Amino acid sequence: MALDSKIPQGPIADKWTNYKNKIDLVNPANKRNIDVIVVGTGLAGGSAAATLAELGYNVKAFCFQDSPRRAHSIAAQGGINAAKNYQGDGDSTYRLFYDTVKGGDYRSREANVYRLAEVSTNIIDQCVAQGVPFAREYGGLLDNRSFGGVLVSRTFYAAGQTGQQLLLGAYSAMNRQIGRGKIKMYNRHEMLDVVKVDGKARGIITRNLINGEIERHSAHAVVLGTGGYGNVFFLSTNAMGSNVTAAWKAHKRGAYFANPCYTQIHPTCIPVSGDHQSKLTLMSESLRNDGRIWVPKKKEDVEAIRSKTLKPVQIAEEDRDYYLERRYPAFGNLVPRDVASRAAKERCDAGYGVNATGEAVYLDFASAIIRYGKEQATVKGLDTNDEALVKKLGQEVIKNKYGNLFQMYYKIVDEDPYNTPMMIYPAVHYTMGGVWVDYNLMTTVPGLYAIGEANFSDHGANRLGASALMQGLADGYFVLPYTIGDYLSDDIRTGPISTESKEFVEAEAEVRKNIDHLINNNGTHSVDYFHKRLGKIMWNKCGMARNAEDLKSAITEISELRAEFWKDVRVPGTANEFNEELAKAGRVADFLELGELFAKDALQREESAGGHFRDEYQTPEGEAMRRKEFQYVSAWEYKGEPKDAILHKEELAYENIEVKERSYK
Amino acid sequence: MNLTLKIWRQKDANDKGKMVDYKISDVSPDMSFLEMLDVLNNELIEKGDAPVSFDHDCREGICGSCSLYINGEAHGPDRLITTCQLHMRTFKDGETITIEPWRATAFPVVKDLVVDRSAFDRIQHAGGFISVNTSGNTIDANAIPVNKQDADDAFSAATCIGCGACVASCKNSSAMLFVGAKVSQFALLPQGKIEATDRVLNMVKQMDEEGFGNCTNTGACEVECPKGISLENIARMNREYLAASLKG
Repeated sequence: MALDSKIPQGPIADKWTNYKNKIDLVNPANKRNIDVIVVGTGLAGGSAAATLAELGYNVKAFCFQDSPRRAHSIAAQGGINAAKNYQGDGDSTYRLFYDTVKGGDYRSREANVYRLAEVSTNIIDQCVAQGVPFAREYGGLLDNRSFGGVLVSRTFYAAGQTGQQLLLGAYSAMNRQIGRGKIKMYNRHEMLDVVKVDGKARGIITRNLINGEIERHSAHAVVLGTGGYGNVFFLSTNAMGSNVTAAWKAHKRGAYFANPCYTQIHPTCIPVSGDHQSKLTLMSESLRNDGRIWVPKKKEDVEAIRSKTLKPVQIAEEDRDYYLERRYPAFGNLVPRDVASRAAKERCDAGYGVNATGEAVYLDFASAIIRYGKEQATVKGLDTNDEALVKKLGQEVIKNKYGNLFQMYYKIVDEDPYNTPMMIYPAVHYTMGGVWVDYNLMTTVPGLYAIGEANFSDHGANRLGASALMQGLADGYFVLPYTIGDYLSDDIRTGPISTESKEFVEAEAEVRKNIDHLINNNGTHSVDYFHKRLGKIMWNKCGMARNAEDLKSAITEISELRAEFWKDVRVPGTANEFNEELAKAGRVADFLELGELFAKDALQREESAGGHFRDEYQTPEGEAMRRKEFQYVSAWEYKGEPKDAILHKEELAYENIEVKERSYK
Repeated sequence: MNLTLKIWRQKDANDKGKMVDYKISDVSPDMSFLEMLDVLNNELIEKGDAPVSFDHDCREGICGSCSLYINGEAHGPDRLITTCQLHMRTFKDGETITIEPWRATAFPVVKDLVVDRSAFDRIQHAGGFISVNTSGNTIDANAIPVNKQDADDAFSAATCIGCGACVASCKNSSAMLFVGAKVSQFALLPQGKIEATDRVLNMVKQMDEEGFGNCTNTGACEVECPKGISLENIARMNREYLAASLKG
């Protein structure tokens, strides 16, 4: 099947408006006869479910958590971008569009990104109207801060809990519709397959996680807002339950999977402390507004730090290497995530890592504390030369900005970041790859949509900070509700979809067969045992830097591990009860397939772009070397085993932005 | 560290349940409490026993899933953290640790340490929202300035993660801190004032129907709340409720 991205004609600034003017609409009376399934209740799924219900569709929403409010969007910290230009610093829709395309290393689709930038301002208006308590200035107006890879302040925030506040906003909109009966909410339900009838997505098979019941649910369209697949690495900043299963089942039913190798490794996370570790914790990128990243210049200082005979605060200013400021003077500590992560890896690989494992760098707030402290002392008419006073005042400012993050760090590491620099290291955080979608956010399966992190469309090879929240809400509030209407306008005479058709019966039988196998396998090792091994292969061979040899061996190792898993995994208990191990087993089984496709995609992409860095393709200065012949989206078609997947290319055309070297120097 | 764990085991909602003892050795002080339970579960699985079920997801203190009652305190002995942020360095070698689920009529046990907190959702279906449709044409976000103190207070109330520690800590199993926080967030913002009367009446009514107890001003909820939600929110809810009742 040839890929048709269905980008509307016309100048980029008019595409979305023209598109909206021409699509088919469904009249309000007919909407009452149309059902839509939304899987996942994070920012994308939650906002989509609420908006579709407001429009009058009958929505069935599903989440595996015990409440939609616990979806992992809740953990997003730093903020959400919008081209409001409230700061008057030269921001515009075009500039947000430009920054996002450049930040994505010229591997995203222009028309989608422009639309995202265009609706970004509506998101802030909508959220404020819902009662989302964004940070404000003393004058009562909204405050902004800066994020990496841009030169303006366009990030709206609510302390370090922006994702929580936005998700609670979307959840409140859902609550209103649940109360009115327009959304039927299924908590603790896991989607285990998509059901296609006459080639169209017409429903899903789910498992009730409380009692193990397998259920059939039908609808006229199915929307996946099921997030990313970072947990294929076992250790990531994702929640424990975040998984690829819904997206992967869709892939197996005909949805192409795009750019699986584009993974964001976030530069500022708390380093791994030991083998017992179950997840990694992010320290928001917003900290780089005020924190400076450094390692010692001298090897002997590194040794002394590691043997704990020297403290970082004792190292003189001239003996510190603020390597981001040194290498990238224009953007300094606010370079994009992929660049910052690679630079940290470069210093640690060169032997300058500052913890026992050699995999940590410092994020230091000392100079910001002094700067803010002096400012406060001046404002209050106090002595700016009183060091203790200045430090105290400065710490208060930092506490107001990042208090919850500092507390999180303190609780995990047991060190006080107000007085000693944080230790940080890159960790898997977000996946830019995902289910391939066209301009309508529809996958290659008619009637099956993918929104938010689950799709691939807007971030190219690297996502800029504070853009995930923007994309999730843009898709759910402002894009999908239009595009899905155009599709559903053909369904006004269809009537309810039966769940008794042979397609539903067969899909259910397949789900049951899989579960029976896992439950009756009686192997020797737990699910985590296999998941951890998969994570090690992924991190060592498909991590921050990749090469052909490693990727080839990763493909073999993952495929062998998958075979071993199916033979030797042990799932306790029964299928008809609350059984977290069984749920985990199904998710890891899918990660074991996705992981192989991931490595295959990374091997195929013989260039470096954004989060995908191939050792073979770098400039003499160690920067990513993009190659013109790879200016396309890799969309993989499922053909049985991951190794047999067929590559389809969506060529990317840049008509509004000149493709040039992506420099932050 | 070597520890003895006394853990509540209950097969399902109908089972009577009991405390069961487990020994665990070589616990690292750097482990989180849930990572310690992961190790226990792995051992149980490989031995052929049933692992202990507990709710957890983000493991960074924000999703509100984890909900363990440890040594008689919601989220354990430390302050301003959730169970997933509790680290084993808080405990001593050789210690016995008691682990129970939230105990409240309105939070029935699902299995072991997992409880059903859907009552919280239903309270919010009753009024935890501002009735504004998605349009993209609401007024500009800066059209209504909000006093910074009100905005900050609304934010503080809105940081509630809905974990239910307040209910678990309360001798009356009252949900007033939770509902107070939800009511306050909207009551403090100009956008929320229009529906304020119905909101507080409906949410309180639903809260009572769910079987939560009343508030007798003990303040245990505020002490155990991982997000430091203040008792002022209960007072504010009471004022809102009184005003709404008089308007009637």
